[in-house]
Amino acid sequence: MSSLRIEGVSKQFAGTRGMPPTQALAETRLDVADNDFICLLGPSGCGKSTLLRIVAGLETPSTGRVLLDGQQVTGPGPDRGMVFQSYTLFPWLTVEQNILFGSRAKAERAAELIARVGLRGFERHYPKMLSGGMQQRTALARALANDPKILLLDEPFGALDNQTRALMQELLLGIWEADRKTVLFVTHDIDEAIFMANRVAVLSARPGRIKAELRITLPHPRHYTMKTTPEFSNYKAQLTEEIRMEAMKAVEMQHA
Amino acid sequence: MTPLKPVTPGARIALGVAFFVLFFAVWAAATFGGLVSPTFLADPASMLREGWILLTQHGFVKDIALTIWRVVGGFVLAAAIGVPLGMAMGAYKPIEAFFEPFISFSRYLPASAFIPLLILWAGTGEAQKLLVIFVGSFFQIVLMVAVVIGATRRDLVEAAYTLGSSDREIVTRVLFPSGAPQIAEILRLVLGWAWTYVIVAELIGASAGIGHMIMDSQALLNTGQIIFGILVIGVIGLVSDFAFKALNRRVFPWSLA
Repeated sequence: MSSLRIEGVSKQFAGTRGMPPTQALAETRLDVADNDFICLLGPSGCGKSTLLRIVAGLETPSTGRVLLDGQQVTGPGPDRGMVFQSYTLFPWLTVEQNILFGSRAKAERAAELIARVGLRGFERHYPKMLSGGMQQRTALARALANDPKILLLDEPFGALDNQTRALMQELLLGIWEADRKTVLFVTHDIDEAIFMANRVAVLSARPGRIKAELRITLPHPRHYTMKTTPEFSNYKAQLTEEIRMEAMKAVEMQHA
Repeated sequence: MTPLKPVTPGARIALGVAFFVLFFAVWAAATFGGLVSPTFLADPASMLREGWILLTQHGFVKDIALTIWRVVGGFVLAAAIGVPLGMAMGAYKPIEAFFEPFISFSRYLPASAFIPLLILWAGTGEAQKLLVIFVGSFFQIVLMVAVVIGATRRDLVEAAYTLGSSDREIVTRVLFPSGAPQIAEILRLVLGWAWTYVIVAELIGASAGIGHMIMDSQALLNTGQIIFGILVIGVIGLVSDFAFKALNRRVFPWSLA
């Protein structure tokens, strides 16, 4: 069992060279239940990645705190696995060695995950021999092999082409449907958020705060054909309106 | 020619050899043709003859072995202390702030300027030769290794932290392996410089070695022997460079394009 609670977390980055400080994230509150799949959706620069990095312990919040199972997060740890947007496989390790890197990773579980993410036969390949999609699948397997309580994903498929991205979404969803890990997924892609999440939290333009939450009640297992159903379109219409307002505000801020 | 277009391996070797041939041809033409007096420049044939005499009658092989030992000894000493210190500086910013200004300053002190001082301190024996090479290599290695380690990709470090790595493991399991190929490349580069320091060290206050032979030959106006000595240094440098490169390719297969 694991529950995540984000309490009054905000983040201000100090200004450099006489510039005023930047308020990246306004005070934010979010509760993530066990086995929940939550997408943080927002325009670029809204602080959604900052929020995720605070949960990971890679940034310290300016105010508030993050609790995982009642324990305050003070730094990064193996209980919160993370997949980054950039390719972060260790280039000097093979696929298998990468997946076994984590302090809690075990060989049997790694072998099972390699098969699960479709990398059997590539165990001894180095990352640079793999495509972007394969690298992110390895990164996903690496995070899962360490058996985290919660999985944090920071636009993990953002750098992939559309077809690969759709396949990766199905793969991740399949893993979640089988394992029911708690997932916090950051994206700016509305379709991706609806397809993956049980709950979508929409963040406002900078300074980010959660301005709307939408429960997605599409049944599981989800299939890619769902993306063309009327229910999906309804969700999309609602979220598009929310995001559009925020995106426009973000653009206005840049011109101000 | 198209910019950046690669050449085939065969053409590459042929072109490389061609320049050596051209170089020797011009040299032969200038000396055999009488354009340059033999007092200043020996012709290739007498250079080889002098070289043969050096090897067979003057025990030049011993000089070569001694010089190689000095280079390797001083270089290994500098690397053994310089690489760990550079890594510590790259990884831990307070250590860097402590050492960096002094080492940046020391780097500009020419190793050859230390020779008189080192002779005073360490005499004209082997310790002094090793120290010259150490002074010449150490500061360079430290600074370059610190830069490489300090430039480790932050996202890799963050990924390792989220996988449960401790601070110590970040150094041993991320910073070191990620920087290792570049550190090997730095050592290859500095080894080349160490070769220039050893000859300078042997030109002054030495009783054996390639540099000492070159000084003796100058006194006898034997340009053939001088050129042969220089050539030997070049060949050894080329061989060690190839060996280093081949080793790096074997040890770091993941870093090749």
